Amino acid sequence: MTNPNGRFGVHGGQYIPETLMNAVIELEEAYKHYKNDPAFNAELNKLLNEYAGRPSLLYYADKMTKDLGGAKIYLKREDLNHTGAHKINNVLGQALLAKKMGKTRLIAETGAGQHGVATATAAALMGMECVVFMGEEDTVRQALNVYRMRLLGAEVIPVKTGTATLKDAVSEAMREWTSRITDTHYCLGSVMGPHPFPTIVRDFQAVISREIRSQILEKEGRLPDAVIACVGGGSNAIGSFYDFINDKSVRLIGCEAAGRGIDTFETAATISTGRLGIFHGMKSYFCQDKYGQIAPVYSISAGLDYPGVGPEHAYLHDIHRAEYVPVTDEEAVCAFEYLAKTEGIIPAIESAHAVAHAIKIAPSMAKDRIIVITISGRGDKDCAAIARYRGEDLHE
Amino acid sequence: MNRIAEAFKNGKAFIPFITCGDPDLETTGKIVREMVKNGADLIELGIPFSDPTAEGPVIQNANIRALSGGVTTDRIFDFVRDLRKDVTVPIVFMTYANVVFSYGAEKFISTLKDIGIDGLILPDLPYEEKDEFQPICRKYDIALISLIAPTSANRIAMIAKESEGFLYIVSSLGVTGTRSEIKTDLASIVKIVRENTTTPCAIGFGISNPEQAKKMASLSDGAIVGSAIVKIVEKEGRNAPLKVGEFVKEMKNAIKE
Repeated sequence: MTNPNGRFGVHGGQYIPETLMNAVIELEEAYKHYKNDPAFNAELNKLLNEYAGRPSLLYYADKMTKDLGGAKIYLKREDLNHTGAHKINNVLGQALLAKKMGKTRLIAETGAGQHGVATATAAALMGMECVVFMGEEDTVRQALNVYRMRLLGAEVIPVKTGTATLKDAVSEAMREWTSRITDTHYCLGSVMGPHPFPTIVRDFQAVISREIRSQILEKEGRLPDAVIACVGGGSNAIGSFYDFINDKSVRLIGCEAAGRGIDTFETAATISTGRLGIFHGMKSYFCQDKYGQIAPVYSISAGLDYPGVGPEHAYLHDIHRAEYVPVTDEEAVCAFEYLAKTEGIIPAIESAHAVAHAIKIAPSMAKDRIIVITISGRGDKDCAAIARYRGEDLHE
Repeated sequence: MNRIAEAFKNGKAFIPFITCGDPDLETTGKIVREMVKNGADLIELGIPFSDPTAEGPVIQNANIRALSGGVTTDRIFDFVRDLRKDVTVPIVFMTYANVVFSYGAEKFISTLKDIGIDGLILPDLPYEEKDEFQPICRKYDIALISLIAPTSANRIAMIAKESEGFLYIVSSLGVTGTRSEIKTDLASIVKIVRENTTTPCAIGFGISNPEQAKKMASLSDGAIVGSAIVKIVEKEGRNAPLKVGEFVKEMKNAIKE
């Protein structure tokens, strides 16, 4: 799907300071070398299977299916991975690659904290130094994850600039990378940023869709009718979609965070409300004003609270291969509670956006239809915030 | 003939930077005129961007102050139109790719020609992506100014060969901001530049005092100073113009041969 310049249709590219150009070129060369290297892949697969706990389960949600009365619902349980989210898939790949490149230090941005925790974990495992940039606002919303990162030996730097959320954490990590390149790898957490990151992260996350394919073929003898995942930058979604892109019978549905609604300014639904722009190293869709100033977006979910979307998603939208739908805070919180009560699974509030859309469409689908929802992470980190959303005075 | 070449005709060029609309456009106008009066050879005007990823805290905050004050691209265009009634030194804009792209590249760049802007610096537009705007810049005789970084190494020759206006040599790793020491081997970088182009080159990033300016200008064709000036504006606000003028005078005197 990538052309040699890292383009997905018009999207993608390398809009970064000259200071970083040789670093991304070096990364691309190393990745090209190692991605087909049997020893590298054997080492990565061993980590994924024996450390992260892959393959993750594809669970048939019987009660949810019966309750909704339509399509059969399967949950791809990325929440069961070590560190509690899909983020570890990409991080183990990038950390191993960085190590092969001779880097000794990982830096990362994080929103909800899941990518930061995964990076801190990989750094601890591989004996690397780790610095995580996190919007100050998010360090409050996700205080538990801040502690987890510190416990794992990482330094967490609260970012106070701008809206003090994920976009500012990305900006600050990029600034840090320009100041220290030789020993440092920027372990980007989503399918965004300059080429080759959208391709590298997608390839490391594509294990999700490869597993879904073989698991559903084993259980049902056929492919699903729809795969649903939440989209911020879009790494769990592209990972869930990738192996099905050429199977036109499989609907690919990405759920964006609508916040308080796409008709309000408090939204982070990029494809619904944004337009084409250039930011954070890539051309893609961004929430912005008429002069190209990036909008201060909002979502209850720190992990989806980002004004852009990965370039491959922008492309899949352009060619109508994937659908992108907005899901509000309220719908996501209801789905968070629904999955807990119905299946005994507390999803991350990010993943709850995908659950919410499945709740909307499953009842009108025939009973022989199959939906796979990717539960990208677990919801322990969100319990206090959701309790507060519901008016309970609960603090971590 | 683009006016930028004139800035390098009378010895070493002093190139001050300021963010438009910090704290307001009236003050920016006064500062620019003070800069010119005190020897600035070329002015670099920043169009503020919400998320300036190549800037350190000083210029980031200037961007925030300017945007909170209600400055927009259109207001800055009007401001330059007015400035050009009496200011004749070359002026280049420094902003981010999205500010140009979002406005409509052709509309943005043709307006630069109309209002008398000579060049454009986009720190997030490396060599690989310059086709995004370069053909349009050529059409309207706007110099798209390339940057060379301490990490450019094998890329210097390629960038220098296609350079226009002047080459902006980034003195140090990292973002903009004042530095106590500049360690990069700039002489070697300039040597490769000279072997590949006749385009003048100026050094920027981290220059805050006359000694540094003198040294950087002696290695190249000029010195670019941003954060040190923006700091004065941050401190003095609307009273900044005279203070900036004094600073420019001191810096210009230091780099004179």
